[in-house]
Amino acid sequence: MPAPLLVPALLAVAFLVLPLLGLVIRAPWSQIGPQLARPGVGEALRLSLVSATLATLISLVLGVPLAWVLARSRIRGRSVLRALVTVPLVLPPVVGGVALFLVIGRTGILGGPLYAHLGVTVPFTTTAVVIAETFVAMPFLVISVEGALRAADARFEDAAATLGADRWTTFRRVTLPLVAPGIAAGAVLCWARALGEFGATITFAGNFPGRTQTMPLAVYLALQRDPEAAIVLSLVLLAVSLATLLLLRDRWLGRGVAA
Amino acid sequence: MSLRAHVVVQRGSLAVDVEFAVADGEVLAVLGPNGAGKSTLLRVLAGLLPPDVGQVVVDGEQTWDSAERHVPAHQRSLGMVFQDHLLFPHLSVTENVAFGLRSRGARRAAARAAAAPWLERVGLTGLGDRRPGELSGGQAQRAALARALVGDPRVLLLDEPLSALDARTRLTVRAELHRHLADYAGSAVLVTHDPIDAMALADRVVVVEDGRVVQAGTPAEVARRPRTDYVARLVGLVLLPGTGSGQQVALDGGGAVAVAEDAAGPVFVAVRPESVALYLERPAGSPRNVWPARLVAATPHGSVVRCDLAGEVPLTADVTATSFAELGLAPGAAVWASVKASEVAVYTR
Repeated sequence: MPAPLLVPALLAVAFLVLPLLGLVIRAPWSQIGPQLARPGVGEALRLSLVSATLATLISLVLGVPLAWVLARSRIRGRSVLRALVTVPLVLPPVVGGVALFLVIGRTGILGGPLYAHLGVTVPFTTTAVVIAETFVAMPFLVISVEGALRAADARFEDAAATLGADRWTTFRRVTLPLVAPGIAAGAVLCWARALGEFGATITFAGNFPGRTQTMPLAVYLALQRDPEAAIVLSLVLLAVSLATLLLLRDRWLGRGVAA
Repeated sequence: MSLRAHVVVQRGSLAVDVEFAVADGEVLAVLGPNGAGKSTLLRVLAGLLPPDVGQVVVDGEQTWDSAERHVPAHQRSLGMVFQDHLLFPHLSVTENVAFGLRSRGARRAAARAAAAPWLERVGLTGLGDRRPGELSGGQAQRAALARALVGDPRVLLLDEPLSALDARTRLTVRAELHRHLADYAGSAVLVTHDPIDAMALADRVVVVEDGRVVQAGTPAEVARRPRTDYVARLVGLVLLPGTGSGQQVALDGGGAVAVAEDAAGPVFVAVRPESVALYLERPAGSPRNVWPARLVAATPHGSVVRCDLAGEVPLTADVTATSFAELGLAPGAAVWASVKASEVAVYTR
């Protein structure tokens, strides 16, 4: 291997791995039990897992069809649509939170009528957490599923059509199974992104323990008062992320790559 | 179950305009080089691509395509076999064969039961639970044929069904395909660039070049009397256009060929490479067709060496490897080429 490639590659590995190692080395291992038992920690973890999972489910239900439209339909303005959809990828999450506030806030474009007629307020609720996470994370799913759809041989869909399958049947029975590994990969990315969501959540949903305080918010708060607790909470998030990645890689992704 | 089609469609710079009819139980081969518009034609017949203009009518009454109507692929009674089988990789062989029945409303168990005899017919009994990835190329193409035929479609479309197979498998699958096509009651359209497939499987051949039909006829007619260079090369003939007068044909490219029968007006002269003899000296004696030529290329071709000649009359000669060596030929060598008038085929253009 040529040195101009090898050396930067090694530096990159060190850059990515050392912070995680630092986290593990500096962790107050003896304190982990008591820290985790503290009130609020379990709550924050549960809230994080539940809201990230809900955000992923919503992203799957809405994002897979969107990816199909982007990859397969011949509607006009598809590239504009794709650009719009992927804006949240590059948008600072805080801006996303502000934007959500302006639309679904109590005086927002949609939120105003919602409150006036139904008495529903979205901001600073668990619903707001899920919405913020979905807003930020869904593009990850859409992009990877669209990539998988583009890579999948569309002639299988032609074959299905010649066998009497309409487009919906073809989608369910041929396209979806063919891109399942891509969907799984997208869902993992989406879930991980939602789990780590900070900016949009704190802007749009606030930081209320038990209701909107997810793990990243708890870590941030703890770091100011009690750094040891912050490290422990970070370790938990790291462990959850790694466990998910390993589990899914063995279950779906690995087989998908081999097939 | 007949099929009548007139397809006009523009694909990039290629304008396809092809008209043909296929009778009940007939197999029509569409023969042509890559990029001639064959696959486009098949996609139109399948309903995967709407034609710009044209008609596809089945059984004389069911219009699949016309100015007012475009029946989408999934509503057409057809089966299609693709070059690289396109079996669904996530389904078992049985589920693949049953797919058409399932999507047309059959229950799972009924569809699987109906698929079983088809697996037997194509010689895949016992392999129904395998995934397509676990089949050999020949087995996969057999399964694809069963999948296409399982619903007794009115029209069977075959897109280069043998060209992805290795030479030996191709022989056996071709023979089996011949048998299944003979049993098939509907109209079959076979697209191929391989004249052997067309000759072996089809009742009739249309030759398509640059989106147009350039020749149509029985396989024997097309093989004996090609009308374009492409077909002539495929069937191993050298085709020389010219103008006949008596037993002499003045070639368009210059020079003349003596023929054994009377010819008049625009004609084709077809010469088989094995009927061309090469000499180092001008041969003495009777042959009327003797031309000086230069050897431009020599390629081994089985037990013969195929010699491309340049000269007044461009010819190709097949000489045995032994005589090639005895003559001491090498590219650039000056030779004399000779053909007996009785070995030359001549027919009107």
